[in-house]
Amino acid sequence: MRKVKIYITLKEGVLDPQGKAVQNSLHSLEYNNVADVRIGKYMEVMLEDSDNIEQQVDKMCDQLLANPVIEDYSYTIEEAV
Amino acid sequence: MKFAVVVFPGSNCDRDMFYAITEGLGEQADLVWYQEADLSEYDAILLPGGFSYGDYLRSGAIASTSGVIDQIREAAEAGKPILGVCNGFQVLLEMGLLPGAMLPNKHLKFMCHYETLTVENSDTMFTNHYSDQEEIDIPIAHGDGNYYCDEATFKKLKANNQITFTYKNNPNGSVADIAGITNEQGNVLGMMPHPERAVDSLVGTKDGLRLFQSILTHWRDKHAIKA
Repeated sequence: MRKVKIYITLKEGVLDPQGKAVQNSLHSLEYNNVADVRIGKYMEVMLEDSDNIEQQVDKMCDQLLANPVIEDYSYTIEEAV
Repeated sequence: MKFAVVVFPGSNCDRDMFYAITEGLGEQADLVWYQEADLSEYDAILLPGGFSYGDYLRSGAIASTSGVIDQIREAAEAGKPILGVCNGFQVLLEMGLLPGAMLPNKHLKFMCHYETLTVENSDTMFTNHYSDQEEIDIPIAHGDGNYYCDEATFKKLKANNQITFTYKNNPNGSVADIAGITNEQGNVLGMMPHPERAVDSLVGTKDGLRLFQSILTHWRDKHAIKA
């Protein structure tokens, strides 16, 4: 069994209104050195061992988990206990 | 003319759409459950607003992988009119029938009020009852209506006259005030505002009814020529 940790982030240049609101909140808590906040998604997908796991995960991300118009993704694959 | 209103789990404007066709336009419509739908017998397909699958992952993303989607693609290729309103627009974007994507509204609020739209292209099967640059009042109701596309896509939309409606006072941060776009062929329209909620003067405006009348006029013309 493998554990795939997938990180989905907004592409550079795509506005992130949520991130901006969080940034403002941090400023109001006097973290004045916060220059930017970007919010993304984290997913854990458990996969049974098979060949071409990376290919499969790429496809899953392209087809459904991320929207390539606005999002980038990266992932790590770990041996699951 | 026979319209299919595709109902997903979480659709909530399906009955408004049904009403717009049957009572407003006076034509036939069926509410078809997405799992059992056979769209081949319909002349036009309507994807209603709502929150399909609770907007999980991204608005419209889960619905865009369901079985009925292949049939919607086939209908689009066959040139049938396909209208996606609000969540329906989001589904069309997620399935790639229309270019671009939706982001949360610029000010993060769910907004529900009338907006003035400008008709940017009255030469489509959805807008032939309007005139170019005409201003119409149509209600919006969305949280993720901030239309985004990159510069290259925008130029293409512009060059092909695919921008159908724009907001007069952009409420959500959409690129170039975009409220509705068609595909290149012009038979798939996605729009965030709800024309189906503006088909009866009882609720303030009938500006939305003309969109459905346009579809009917186009359909009748097409079939008159064939006959």
